[in-house]
Amino acid sequence: MSLWKIAWRSIQQRSLASALTALSMALGVGLVVAVLVIHGVLGQSFRRSAQGYDLILGAKGSRLELVLSTVFHLYRPTANIPAKDYYTVLSRYEAEMLAIPVCMGDTFKQHRVIGTTPDMFDELEYRDGKKYEFQEGGRNFTWDGHFEAVIGATVARRTGLKVGGTFPPVHGDTLGHRDQRDFTVVGILKPTGTPNDRAIFVNVEGFYDLHKKEAGDSHAGSHEKPEGPSATATAEKAPPGSAGSRDGAPPAGASSRKPRFDESREVTAVLVVFRTPNMPRRVAIPKEINRDRELQLQAVAPAEEVTKLFEGIIGNVQWILLFLAILIVIVAGIGILVSIYNSMSDRRHEIAIMRALGARRVTVMMTVLCESILLALGGGAIGVLLGHGLTGLLAPIIDKQTGVVVSPLQFQTSELVLIPGLILLATVVGYLPAVVAYRTDVAQSLIASP
Amino acid sequence: MLQLKDVKKSFIQPDSSELRILDIPEFEVAAGEQVVVVGRSGCGKTTLLHVIAGISRPTSGRVRIDGWDMALLEEAEVDRFRAERIGYVFQTFNLLPAFSALENVLLGMTFGKARAERDRARQLLHRVGLGHRLTHKPMQLSVGEQQRVAVARALANRPQLLLADEPTANVDIGNQQTIIDLLREACQEEKVALVLVTHAPEVAEQFERIEYLENINLAWTAR
Repeated sequence: MSLWKIAWRSIQQRSLASALTALSMALGVGLVVAVLVIHGVLGQSFRRSAQGYDLILGAKGSRLELVLSTVFHLYRPTANIPAKDYYTVLSRYEAEMLAIPVCMGDTFKQHRVIGTTPDMFDELEYRDGKKYEFQEGGRNFTWDGHFEAVIGATVARRTGLKVGGTFPPVHGDTLGHRDQRDFTVVGILKPTGTPNDRAIFVNVEGFYDLHKKEAGDSHAGSHEKPEGPSATATAEKAPPGSAGSRDGAPPAGASSRKPRFDESREVTAVLVVFRTPNMPRRVAIPKEINRDRELQLQAVAPAEEVTKLFEGIIGNVQWILLFLAILIVIVAGIGILVSIYNSMSDRRHEIAIMRALGARRVTVMMTVLCESILLALGGGAIGVLLGHGLTGLLAPIIDKQTGVVVSPLQFQTSELVLIPGLILLATVVGYLPAVVAYRTDVAQSLIASP
Repeated sequence: MLQLKDVKKSFIQPDSSELRILDIPEFEVAAGEQVVVVGRSGCGKTTLLHVIAGISRPTSGRVRIDGWDMALLEEAEVDRFRAERIGYVFQTFNLLPAFSALENVLLGMTFGKARAERDRARQLLHRVGLGHRLTHKPMQLSVGEQQRVAVARALANRPQLLLADEPTANVDIGNQQTIIDLLREACQEEKVALVLVTHAPEVAEQFERIEYLENINLAWTAR
């Protein structure tokens, strides 16, 4: 019979006390797991999303705000930048990078509507080697389909929009006015695990057309700032016969593989992916852009900003939470010590019997340590389930707040540290009662009444 | 097989005076022999068995079992020696309550050389008439049945010496004879030397060799 079985029988004999002790350990471990999983998934998701773009070009100001707004669709969009600056950058670095404009300012059912070009899904990868894919029956919007839209998987799930369905973007936030023209969904993205799952992408030309129209109506002055393309300016200055006719149909010969050159326009930001593998150039380009005082924009590396965010505020919060959770685990460990130690007076007789049957001092000591480890690991195993269950309960809140989908089945490799950690903790807390077992006077304990 | 020579066991009392429990000039048991040691309560019978089993070290004197001088062995060696060569039946059975009858017997094997021979454990329980109660916990067994499990456990490691400490003291009259018969027959079958201590004359008179433990000495030997 193994020592583990002997220890397990001892646990069974004190089932209530053992269950309560294991439960306290489970609660502590559950909290640790929840913190590890949620932080891990959030971190992975943020970093992965940030890695989709090498640079973000946007209005000067807070770099983090630009990244959070453009990449993660969090908070309000930043101020716009003149489209001419975008064209300047594009013409200067076209061979070295792919630059995709994005215009923001509209929403539909709390999902951000982003005006962009088909390159967004034709050219970009949302993760290394992973191109955007469309769910069955869907496709990318075309350069000429001005009022076509592609929606993220989360948007489709939450709004019920399907391919062929239409929706009216609302200008500003949900309290803003309804735009005058509906967009037609032509494609639904397969889930990417990025914030783009909860965004709506429309043809930037349609976006401009929409706001050009608005500029002429009475709501034009009520737009919240920032609002994406400068609708008023666009409307007033857009050249006649441009791609944006009111019915959304492109004028003859307007089909283009590039956004139309129109210096009067504005864009909210530009997503940049380097084409050049030349590392020194990749480092130099953002510096060159940021040094150019003619340009009213800044170049920001999103991965760098996300790393700073996680290593700074979020990282510290995680460490504090983790520290508190570990403290709870240690307190639970002390609970194991108290539970086993308190039972030692009742167990002296049993230990003496085992010794009389030939068990060595070290053997009974190891039995007590095994019991401590079983309680810690048993409680820990329940805690892992509790932690993932807690993650599942918090998942909708996290999804709503950050757009990151956290599955209760997502395991973090850092959870594996719990196994040696709990064994170490159990060994430490089990040591004192184990020593009591070691020192048990056999003859005296046998004579004493059981 | 078992030899005690000038074995003394004393305890220091709180007032620093010495309390002598045992003083045995000489005591020998041959292999397979069955000996009963009779004495009134408190005369040192249990202490004598503890000293023989190596549970207590004698204050002075020699205990030799099968040629091994117990005084020369390290504590861990004594434990191993006890596990492998000595069986022990306690007055209060001392079965572990969380373990089934079969597991209690297997527990006896865990610390000895006969590592968890389930078949032998089952066979022993059948031998003591408990083949149908293998999975019962001690609380589910009568006192007589508990003591029979204790006998099976004591024999589990095929010991050379079985020590029985008042094995019938807590057993009802109907079961007393059954236990004694079981012990004697099993020891005979397994060729195990038996040292049984008791205060009950009706138990003692069934043995050919009786030792009386009075006034801390094994005072008289009768055949």
